[in-house]
Order: sequence, then C-alpha cells, then structure tokens
Amino acid sequence: MAAAARVFIRGAHATLSVPGAGKQSSARSALLKLSPGCSSRLKTQQRHAAHFTFQPEPVTTQYGPTQKMNLFQSITSALDNTLASDPTAVIFGEDVAFGGVFRCTVGLRDKYGKDRVFNTPLCEQGIVGFGIGAAVAGATAIAEIQFADYIFPAFDQIVNEAAKYRYRSGNLFDCGNLTIRAPWGCVGHGSLYHSQSPEAFFAHCPGIKIVIPRGPLEAKGLLLSCIADNNPCLFFEPKILYRAAVEQVPVDSYTIPLSQAEVLQEGSDVTLVAWGTQIHVLKEVANMAQEKLGVSCEVIDLRTILPWDTETICKEECFLNLEAPIARVCGYDTPFPHIFEPFYIPDKWKCFEAIKRMINY
Amino acid sequence: MKMVGSEAESTGSARPARCAPGAEDTISPGLITSSDRKKKSTASQLPQRRQLQHWHHVSSQAAHQQQPFDSSLEKPQFPGASAEFVDHLEFIQPNVISGIPVYRVMDRQGNIINASEDPQLSKETVLNFYQKMTLLNTMDRILYESQRQGRISFYMTNYGEEGTHIGSAAALESNDLVFGQYREAGVLMYRGFPLDLFMAQCYANADDLGKGRQMPVHYGSKDLNFVTISSPLATQIPQAVGAAYALKRENMNRAVICYFGEGAASEGDAHAGFNFSATLECPLIFFCRNNGYAISTPTNEQYRGDGIAARGPGYGMLSIRVDGNDVFAVYNATKEARRRAVAENQPFLIEAMTYRIGHHSTSDDSSAYRSVDEVNYWDKQDHPISRLRHYMTARDWWSEDDERSWRKQSRKTVMEAFERAERRLKPNPELLFTDVYEEMTPSLDKQRESMFRHIQQYKEHYPVDLYEK
Repeated sequence: MAAAARVFIRGAHATLSVPGAGKQSSARSALLKLSPGCSSRLKTQQRHAAHFTFQPEPVTTQYGPTQKMNLFQSITSALDNTLASDPTAVIFGEDVAFGGVFRCTVGLRDKYGKDRVFNTPLCEQGIVGFGIGAAVAGATAIAEIQFADYIFPAFDQIVNEAAKYRYRSGNLFDCGNLTIRAPWGCVGHGSLYHSQSPEAFFAHCPGIKIVIPRGPLEAKGLLLSCIADNNPCLFFEPKILYRAAVEQVPVDSYTIPLSQAEVLQEGSDVTLVAWGTQIHVLKEVANMAQEKLGVSCEVIDLRTILPWDTETICKEECFLNLEAPIARVCGYDTPFPHIFEPFYIPDKWKCFEAIKRMINY
Repeated sequence: MKMVGSEAESTGSARPARCAPGAEDTISPGLITSSDRKKKSTASQLPQRRQLQHWHHVSSQAAHQQQPFDSSLEKPQFPGASAEFVDHLEFIQPNVISGIPVYRVMDRQGNIINASEDPQLSKETVLNFYQKMTLLNTMDRILYESQRQGRISFYMTNYGEEGTHIGSAAALESNDLVFGQYREAGVLMYRGFPLDLFMAQCYANADDLGKGRQMPVHYGSKDLNFVTISSPLATQIPQAVGAAYALKRENMNRAVICYFGEGAASEGDAHAGFNFSATLECPLIFFCRNNGYAISTPTNEQYRGDGIAARGPGYGMLSIRVDGNDVFAVYNATKEARRRAVAENQPFLIEAMTYRIGHHSTSDDSSAYRSVDEVNYWDKQDHPISRLRHYMTARDWWSEDDERSWRKQSRKTVMEAFERAERRLKPNPELLFTDVYEEMTPSLDKQRESMFRHIQQYKEHYPVDLYEK
C-alpha cells in the first residue's frame, strides 16, 4: 500500500502540472486526502526488507590498486578493461547504448565508440545469434540479455548452436569468444518475470559454461575469466546486489578461475553450498547454527555451475559417508510470485530449520 | 525508456526526455533518470549518407536524423515513421499476383535476352560452371544410391538447384564467409572442396574434417570459409549478421553470404537476422533458395505474401528476385549485391526462384505430395544445367563428345572417391569426447576412461574393428 501510495502522490503532482487538467486534478487530490492510511508507512504495508545482509569481501591488494565499486560498477569496470585491451571486443543488447537498464554499460559508448557499444533490436534470439556469429568471425562478443527471465527465446541458439559449435564442426569453428550476461535472481518485487534463476535449464548442456558471482570483487574477476575463456559462457549477475553490494575492487584486470568452487569458511558438521545472493544468506545461517545449535558449518560458493567443481563439493564417494540425506532449500514448485515473495524465498530461517532437522536426523 | 534516436550524434538540440512524470520511480533501480539524461552531451553530427539508389527502398536517413518536433507543420512528427498524412481510409493491398518480377539473363533455352546483361564470362569460366554443376549432380546420384544401399545413413540431393549454388559462389571472393543451410553443396564444390572430403563427411570416416560427429551433408571447411552446417533451420541467419558485423569492423573488404530456403525464412531467426542486418548496417547477402517446397509443405502453405523478396523492403533492405535456374542471373545479382554490400555496409536480399527436383532427403518420398508430371516438367524443360549447356553449345564451346567424355570422367572420379571413402576406417572413439570445450574437463576425462574400460570388457558387443585405434 505504501508503494501504491507513493505512486498516487507522484501521479497527483503530474496531473496538476498538465495544462487543462483542471477539475480532474482537484478531484484526484481530494481522493488522496480521504485516505489517511496512505500517509502511514509504519504498519505492515511497509515493503519487506531484504532477506539478507551483503557481506563484503576483505580488501585485497594482490591485484593492484582498488576502488569502491558496487556490483554494476564492477561489471562496468570489467567491460571497460576489456574494451581497452581487446580491439575486437563489442558489447550489444537492448538499451546498452545509454548505459543499460542497470547501468552496467554507463560511459562505455562515449569512451569506445558507437560501433563497439550498441543497441540491438528487441529480440533475444537475434542478440544471441548475432553474438555467436560475431564470435565465430573472431570478435570478442559480449551480449546482454536484459533479464535472465527473457533468455528463453535464445535457448535454441544457446543450446543447439553455441554449445555445440566446436564439437559439431570438429573444431573447425567455435564461438568461444562469446559471453552472454544477464541480470539474475530475486530482487524483492520482481515477480514471475524479473526474478528467475534459469541456470538449471542450461546446467546439463555440454559445451557452455555458467558462472554466478556473489559480489563485485568476484564478479569482475569471474566475468573477465568468462570473456577470456575460449568457450561460450553465460554470466548471471544477481540484480539485487547491483547497488546493495559494495566492495573495494581492483581497477585493473584480474581473473578468478572458472570451475573452482570456493570454501568460504571451513566447518566439520554440515556443508552448505550456494551461489550468488544466497551465499550471504548462508553465511548468516552458518553463524546462527554455530551460536544457537553449536553446529560447525562449511560454506562453499559454487561460483561455476557448469562445468562444476565436483572435487571440492563432493569428495569421491562422499555419499556413502553422509549421516543425513541432503537437504535442498529453494523456492517452491511454483512460478516466482509477487506479493508472496517473503514466503517463497529460501531465507535464513528456512535454511536454519533445515540444518536443525538435519542434525537431529 | 529510450531517447529518440538513442544516438547522441543524431539528436538535435536537447529536448525533454520522453518519459512520464514519476517514471524515476519505476522498477529498475539502475535506470538513469531524466535529469541524468539531460546532462549527457548531444553533439549534432550527421551520420554518413548512403547513396540513393534508383531502386526504391525505405529511406534510412529518416531513421538517423531526427529534426526537432514542430507541431505547426502539417506533417507527421512521429519518431517512428516519416510518411505524409492521408485523409481517406484505405488499406494497402499486398500485391501477390503481379509481385516482384523475376530477373533473368537467359530464356529457358539458354538464349541471352538482353545482351547488355550477359556477364560475358570467358569460355573457361563457363565451362567450369558447367562442370561443377554436373559433377555435383553426379556425386548426388551416387551418394543418394549409396544411402539406398545402406552404405551411408542419410543424404540430401541438390537436383535442380545447382544454378543457385554455382552462380552465387562464382560471384563471391574466396575469403567471403559462407553460412549455409544444407542444400548448398555446390558452393563448397565450386570453392574446391575435394570429393574425398565430401565423401569422408558422408561416410563419417577418419578423414572427415568434422571428426564424424554429424549426419551426412553437414559439411564445413575453415580453409574454404564455409561455416559447418547445422540441422536446426535458420539459426545461421542471425549468426551470419554477427559475422558480417565483425568483418565490417575488421575492414578487410570481406562479405558474408547466408543461404536458406523459403521454409526456413518463416523461422523467427530469419526475422531477427533481417532486422539486425539492416539496423546494424552489415555487409552481407541473404540468399533465399525458393524451391517450392519445405519437405511436403508447398509455398502457399508457407506464406501468403509475395514470397521472401517482398519482405526485404519491410526491413529497409534492398531486395531482388531472380531466376535461380539461370546461372548468369544468379551470378549478376550476387556480384552486384556483394559489391554494394561491402562498399555501402548494407544487407541485400536475393530470392532465387527454383524448383526442388529431388526428394527433400533420403527419408522422403515426394510422390506422396506432388505429381511426377510436375517434377518432370522442371527436370526436362527448365533445368539450370541444360540451360547452360545450350548457351555453351550455341557458341560451340561444348560438343556431344565433350559431354560424353566429361560424364564418363566425372562418374569415374566420383566412384573412385566413393570407394576410397568406403574402405576407410571410422575415427577413433576417443573423438567422442573431445572439442566439447576447448579443453578436456576432468569429468569428461573420467567418462572417457569409463567408456574404454567398458568396451574392453564387452568388446564383442561393439563394432571396434570399424574404428581407428
């Protein structure tokens, strides 16, 4: 309601400023005055706070001087480094020219030219197909899909073409120079079509790589690795972290290896595995488990979904040594809901409860 | 929320951004607000004008230059279209009865109609055209038969469309990049792909450049700039556009040609490719082989408009329809399109009308959906090979003896290549596991080892002797 009230208030101002609106506008502002509830934002109408607290990486000097960047700025930085060092690199997709709907490409067109940072028509299958062709012809092609929820028109090009290009041609041709980036995951109000995490659809497609970072420092290094990698890569960026996640990020290029999971903290009782935003949830859950249950949790960030680091996650024949069945804590088998998001997401309480049940198994 | 024109260079003086009040408040947290946008510089630098052509096409200048809006003018001010107002209601009638005419150089008997259109190619060149078309025809007959006899698993012939392959291939430079669909073997043959490698791919033997991974006729050659064929239709179309864009940036005067059938042109990827090529100003030729059928689906069930050529203007693309059975018409159109595509950085659409004389593939029996009489008409009375032969014989460039001995020789070379290919072993099964990624992954390596252990243990159940070790 508060959100709706916010819109109403702005809408009333707009009406008042339009010449000739006259009587209508006064009726509208009268309506507003009649609803005292709209002005109160303290009750349950308040929009739900984020379900996690972003936990920044410690500052590192191993890659040279750093600068405070949020997630979208770290992406811009990676793209900037790429365009500077690789004259064949081009960035394209819907709305990337003015800076992108999430500001990931701000300033790049002015800096590197309109032939290198450009809008495409509104057509995901075209964006990916175009990207494949550019990569085949030798350019470093960086395609943006505006939301991961819209990647499906490009599914054929990704799965039937990009992933199989090298194999089917006997290594005569490949599109290893292609990287596809897309905003990913829940954002608090995204609902069905601005919240999806579609990596599972691609996770069993040999020939592509799928990478999901947990923060700005990781994102820049992993994105640069994807761009450098000679295989087509999908890079999903947790949109809820675009502004919320701020870290000290190296200004120069650096890479973080693909297909290597990272053990963020070691533990002896329970292993927690996640990627993207959920890492921050699990870090908190690990603390809760330690404090409230005395349970020692190992937290692992998978980072690369495909090909995934089986060695780190699952030591050979580890399934024989588990003392409880594996628990999957995720959204329900429904489309991603709007108003029910607080109930839908695998928040820290659900994860905590899963640990509790697990140790009492 | 885009700025009109969305290019700083093309907008005139700063004007209020086209966003509703309160839009700053909308979903996307990263969205640049209207106040941010006004600060952006709006240098007014006119884009390079394209040469105006005598052929009509939607002017692209309007798309680039946006004059300031002026409501005192009785002319539409909409950013999306630059036409005039009209005050009576009338729907535009699509013209399918007398649509885009078919350009040809020779009549069906091989006589030049308009001497100024004769490309006047040398005897050597024309003989080469003829020999490539007939060699392709011979190879098709032998490989089709070999599938019927169970020697290869599948085949697709090119009967009736040889003119579209040879005429267009001859008009390109050897380093122009070719994206095909599956019925363009003549393009590869014209460029010099040896019979042994055609056969190797069809037999999937150890000489196959594709390492035995795909069904027959899925050819590819890096040396000859022919991108490996894939089965899904029309996927190559937007890829060709991306490749053309990359080649444009390289500035090496290379073009891209993209072949597809009239059926594949119905795919969304075709629409995507056409639109991208025009908006992104790419040097490429879209070459549609309209052969009357997509397997059993005739053209009147594939589209209702005036074929594929009529779609070009809808995208702002220069388009032409040609007689695909007239190798000189195909040659002329492709040559001119190629020259201009590279010189002007814009795409061209060529719709080559032809007829698919053969079945769709060895899995098809076209007598189920068309009459033998219909097929015979094209085979006997309007065939690219016989038309060119008449042109040659009229100039005493080719005699009955030449024909007899060439047919004998080409059949002999095809048969020899065929026999060699048949004797050759298949590739080592370890090639099942390579090239998935550039590098071998630990899990694939494990799977490979597991497979070999398994085969070792159960070898009597696997055809190991047919494969290289």
